[in-house]
Amino acid sequence: MVSIWFFIGISLLVNGVLICCAGIYEYWHPPAQQIVLYNLHAGIWWGALMALVGAVYCYYFKPGRKNV
Amino acid sequence: MTIPYAFAVPARLVHLSGVDVVIIAFYFALVLAIGFYLRGRANTGEDFFMAGREMTAWVAGLSFLSANLGALELMGWAGSAYQYGIMATHWYWIGAIPAMLFLALVMMPFYYISKTHSVPGYLKLRFGEPARAVSAVSFAFMTVLMSGVNMFAMAKVMQIVLGWDINFSIWVSSLTVAVYVTLGGLRSAIFNEVLQFFLIWAGALLIPILGLYEAHGWANLKLQIAARASEQYVHMWSGLGSFTNNPMGINWAGIVFGLAAVISMGYWTTDFLVVQRILAAKDIRSAEMAPIIGAGFKMFVPLIVILPGLLGLAVLPMKLVPESVAAVTGAHSYNDVLPLMLARYCGPGLLGLGITALIAGFMSGMAGNVSAFTTVWTYDIYRPLINSKGTDHHYVNMGRWTTVIGVLISVGTAYLVMQFASIMDYVQALFSFFIAPLFGTVILGMLWKRATGAGGFLGLLCGTLSSISMWAWVKADPSALRYVALSPNAKALAQDMFQALWSFLVCVIVTVVVSLATKPKTDAELTGLVYGLTPVPSIGNIPVYQKPIFWAGVVGVVFFVLNIIFW
Repeated sequence: MVSIWFFIGISLLVNGVLICCAGIYEYWHPPAQQIVLYNLHAGIWWGALMALVGAVYCYYFKPGRKNV
Repeated sequence: MTIPYAFAVPARLVHLSGVDVVIIAFYFALVLAIGFYLRGRANTGEDFFMAGREMTAWVAGLSFLSANLGALELMGWAGSAYQYGIMATHWYWIGAIPAMLFLALVMMPFYYISKTHSVPGYLKLRFGEPARAVSAVSFAFMTVLMSGVNMFAMAKVMQIVLGWDINFSIWVSSLTVAVYVTLGGLRSAIFNEVLQFFLIWAGALLIPILGLYEAHGWANLKLQIAARASEQYVHMWSGLGSFTNNPMGINWAGIVFGLAAVISMGYWTTDFLVVQRILAAKDIRSAEMAPIIGAGFKMFVPLIVILPGLLGLAVLPMKLVPESVAAVTGAHSYNDVLPLMLARYCGPGLLGLGITALIAGFMSGMAGNVSAFTTVWTYDIYRPLINSKGTDHHYVNMGRWTTVIGVLISVGTAYLVMQFASIMDYVQALFSFFIAPLFGTVILGMLWKRATGAGGFLGLLCGTLSSISMWAWVKADPSALRYVALSPNAKALAQDMFQALWSFLVCVIVTVVVSLATKPKTDAELTGLVYGLTPVPSIGNIPVYQKPIFWAGVVGVVFFVLNIIFW
C-alpha cells in the first residue's frame, strides 16, 4: 500500500515547483500591480523550500520502501 | 427583511492566474485519486467505518487535528481575532490542550478497550439503548449542521476572493467530498485530512511570516494594535477580571469553567467527529499518543489563524465590520480577514496555494462531519433501530449511501446557514446544546460505577433540553442574558460558555440523583467500561521518552509557558 506520506511528498513537490517557477517568471516580468512586499519574492524561496521537503518525502516514502 | 447574501458582497478580491488554477485543479485531482486508490480497501465494515484500526499515532494525531481545521478554524477564528484580539487564542490553548491531554491519558483507554465504533456506541455499552439513541440522533443533527457551515464558509470564500457563484462552489466541494468518502470510507477521509494538514500549513504560514515582517516584529505589532484598537487586544488573561475589561465581554470564570472545563472537554473528548480518528489507531499506545501529537501542533495553529487576524488589525487599510453590517453595506466582514491578508501578500502560485489551503480546510471539516455522520447513522441508528439483521456487506453499502445522503442534507443546511448573522455564534450555540451534557454523561459513566442507565439517559436528556431552553430564553428576551451569563455586560460568547456550564451541571445533578434512586449494574457488567473495574493493558517496557505521559508533560509545560508569555 502506498504510504500517505508519499502522497504528501507528491503534493508538496508539484506545488513547490509550480510556485517557484511562477515566482521566477514574475521576477523577470514584474506585474503592473504588485502585492505588498513584492520585493521579497516570497514565491521563489517558499516554493523552493516546499519542493525540497516534498522531494525528501517522495524519496523516503516511495512505493516499495517500508511504509509508515 | 434579510438581504440575500449573493447580492450584498463586494467585488472580488483577486484574479487567479493560470498557475493558481493549475494548483487548485491539482489538489482536486489528488484528493480524488486518493479516493479511487483506496476504494478497494473499504470492503468490510471495519475498513469502511474504522479505517481498519491500523493508523499510526502520527496519522491518527494529525487527522484528529485536521478534522477540526475546517471553516470554523481558518476563517471564523481569524475573524474573531480581528474582532476580539488575542483572547481568541483561548480557544486553542486552555480551550483545547488540557482536554486533549485528558482524552489521551484518562479517557482513551476506555474507548479503546471497549472496541466501540463510536461515542454513542460507548453509551450503549455503559448506559443502554435510550442514552445511545439520544446521543446518536443529536450528534447526527449536529454534524449535518456543521457540515453545512463548512460548505457555506467555503462557498463564501470563493465568492469573495474569486467571484465564483456560491451555488457552484457548494456543489463542487460537496460532490468531491462525497466521491472520496464514498469510495474509501474513513481511511480516505483520514488520508486526505493529513494531506490537507500539510497544505494548510504550507499555504497559510507565509501570511504571519510576511505580516510580521511588514509590521516590524511582534513588539511593534502590539503597539500598532493598541493604537488602532485597544491595549487589551494583545493580552489573554489580564483583562478577564470582569466582563467590561475585555473586548469579548467575558470573565475568567466563563473561560476556565465554561470553555476549558466543559465545552472544550466535551468537544475534544466526546465529539465523535474527532474521537473517531483516534479510534482508528492501531494499538493503545498509538491511541494515547495521537491526541498528544495533536495537542503539540494545536498549540501552534494560532500562528496561522489568530496572528493573521491580529495583523489585519494593524496593517489593513479598511475597517472590517460585523457580518450583519457587511450583508447590508457590501463592506468586508470580520470573517474576510484571512482572504484579505492572503490577497495582500500572495502573488501567482502562492495565491493558488493559499486558496487551496482554504479549500482543503473546508473540505477536511466537511469530510470529517460526513464520515462521522455515516458511522453514527449506520451503527447507532440504522442497525439498532431499523435493521439489526443485516450483513456486514449490507452495512457497508448503507454507509456509502448514507455518505451521499449526508452530503445532500448538508447542502440544504448550507443554505439555511446563510440566514444567520454570525458563523461563530451559530456554531458555538450548537456546541452548547449537545456537547456539554454529553460530556457530563460520558465522564460520569467512565469514572463513577454507581451511575445507572436511567440516570445517564435522563441526565443527558435534561442537560440537552436545559441548554436549548436557555438559548431560546435569551433569544426571546435578550435581557435574560444577565441571568444566564451572570452579568448584564456579558456578550454572546459569554452566554455560550455559561450556558454550557449550566447544562453540564444539570446533566450531572440529574444523573447522580436518578442513579442513586435506581438499581446499579454489577461490577462484572461494567468491566472494560468504568475506571477501577478495567485493567488497562500495558504499553510495554519502553524508554521514558516514548511514553505518552512523558510527551503529555512536555506539551503541558509548553502550554503553561505560552500562557504566561501572552498573559
